[in-house]
Amino acid sequence: MNSLTLLQVAWVALRVNLLRSILTMLGIIIGVAAVIIMLALGAGARYDVDQQIKSLGGNVFVVFARGRFMGGAREASGSSQGLTEMDAQAIEQQIPEVNVAAPTLRASGQLIYGNLNWAPEIHGVDNKIYTAQSWELAEGRSFSDTELASAGRVAVIGQTVKRELFGAADALGQTVRVNKMPVTIIGVLKGKGQNTQGNDQDDLIFMPLDTVRKRIAGMTLSSPKAVRSIIVQVTDERDMAIVEQQLDSLLRQRLRISDNQSGFSIRNLAEMVETRSQTMQIFNGLLAAVASVSLLVGGIGIMNIMLVSVTERTREIGLRMAVGAEPRIILKQFLVEAVLLCAMGGLIGLTLAVAVSLGLEYFAGFTAIIQPQVVVMSLGFSCLIGVFFGYYPATKAARMQPIEALRFE
Amino acid sequence: MSHTVVETKALEKHYQMGGQHLRALKDISIRIAQGDFVAVMGPSGSGKSTFMNMIGCLDAPSRGQILLQGEALTQLSAAALAKVRNKYIGFVFQQFNLLPRTSALDNVLLPLLYNNTPRDEARARAQACLQLVGLGDRLDHQPSQLSGGQQQRVAIARALVNDPALILADEPTGALDTETGLEVMQLLQQLHQQGKTIVLVTHESDIAAFASRQLLFKDGSLISDRSSIPHSASAELALLRQQRMKEVAV
Repeated sequence: MNSLTLLQVAWVALRVNLLRSILTMLGIIIGVAAVIIMLALGAGARYDVDQQIKSLGGNVFVVFARGRFMGGAREASGSSQGLTEMDAQAIEQQIPEVNVAAPTLRASGQLIYGNLNWAPEIHGVDNKIYTAQSWELAEGRSFSDTELASAGRVAVIGQTVKRELFGAADALGQTVRVNKMPVTIIGVLKGKGQNTQGNDQDDLIFMPLDTVRKRIAGMTLSSPKAVRSIIVQVTDERDMAIVEQQLDSLLRQRLRISDNQSGFSIRNLAEMVETRSQTMQIFNGLLAAVASVSLLVGGIGIMNIMLVSVTERTREIGLRMAVGAEPRIILKQFLVEAVLLCAMGGLIGLTLAVAVSLGLEYFAGFTAIIQPQVVVMSLGFSCLIGVFFGYYPATKAARMQPIEALRFE
Repeated sequence: MSHTVVETKALEKHYQMGGQHLRALKDISIRIAQGDFVAVMGPSGSGKSTFMNMIGCLDAPSRGQILLQGEALTQLSAAALAKVRNKYIGFVFQQFNLLPRTSALDNVLLPLLYNNTPRDEARARAQACLQLVGLGDRLDHQPSQLSGGQQQRVAIARALVNDPALILADEPTGALDTETGLEVMQLLQQLHQQGKTIVLVTHESDIAAFASRQLLFKDGSLISDRSSIPHSASAELALLRQQRMKEVAV
């Protein structure tokens, strides 16, 4: 009996008991669908995290000046010798693995244009910020050297700010007032959208460092070139560990901080996102594990029904043996039935999973990615379940004695 | 002397039943020749079914020897016995044993699935056998759509499809009324006339009378082996139908 015939015979046997076959498959269908959906959501979450890391730059450190301990008393952030633009220069020049080190300042304030007002994040930057944070200009230009050196009253705004203050109108060349100071818009950034925490990354305005420092913040800073943080971009992501060490020792030396004191912190944004995503990964893995339990239960259902089927068809088995079926062929026939049942269940489950994943993406805004290896694995696994749980019933069928089977009532 | 189909030599079958030793068959030596129509008779428990299982290669003897077409069956494995059954023996059972929800054609095809007969040839042969038993117009009917007599004829077609050396019919009329029973016997007699070797197991002497040789079993022993001129099933069927007509007329 060739394999095609075996498949036909199995197909006929399953079709004869159509409802029962479908109900039996249900266990596998649900199990496979659940496993695939869970893994798809896991992969989707992973993808989101990767995207976020990419947008933050997986190769980026942010160095913050921090209050340090002086004789046991902690001083406020930025209150003593903090980071300066010179530190940023030194980082860029002395650590060869660093591509760019962009000094930044933060201030708060209100923008007024006509009768509208808006309060975005105000960043004091120089042109290195574009490289360090992967910003691009949608229109206009970046700061000129003169503007940077002379605390020019110019600004580059994000998409959200443009939308809120100018709507569809042209923003370039317009003057807005920032804390009462008139500032000319010279550029508009391309949009980045929300980050994974749901914060709007486009709600910001860039101005030259000096402008923010002198004209807006009015901060009393320890140094005329003080900055709040330095964004350090490393050329090759694999050098992150080395650069971190070098940053630490370079800054300790420059800020005159001994090893057991803290005066700054070096943070890897990608790492922070990663840590958060790991929790999610574990949760997802747990769900997938629960889902695979249902697959196991489905497999036991298959065995159950196959055992019933073998008993119910004892006379058929006897007859097949009488007309010349070898035990081996009876074994194969029932195995093929079980595997066919599982394989079809797997396929239907896969279809269901694809449908549900698309639905989740479309209606609930999840990212679900069905990886090809998951498809292959889950189909292979359902066939394996068929073989595993079909084997015992099939052996039972093959071991029957033809006379007893024929007489079975 | 014509060609021997089955021969048993000092055949014994013992069972262990509830601690009791049972000799189901005692020293049976028999020869069945090509073209014989043998009725195996006896009350229940006489050993006739056991005998049929032995020569049908469904069960192995405890002692003695069976030769089928000159081949000794004693030492064969379950798989080898299955091949022998497929090649040499066609079974007809009391309960027909057709596959439910399967067409007549596919039922008749079944033995050919197990010897890898090409699909087209198998179909042609199955169709021819169904025509031979008078069901050429019911190839696609399922057992549930056929009468008892028709179902038994499908079973006979299935027994014929491999052109076996021996047809074993175990109480083939047992589940049928007198008229359809006679129709089935008529069909078996026709097959006998075409040269088939048939062994018929029955406990009814009327049915056994349609065979040309009667073996009588009792308590596991063969107590009589005689040849006779067989009654004609066609003649009896005609008679029966005549009577029926009269009854209806009255």
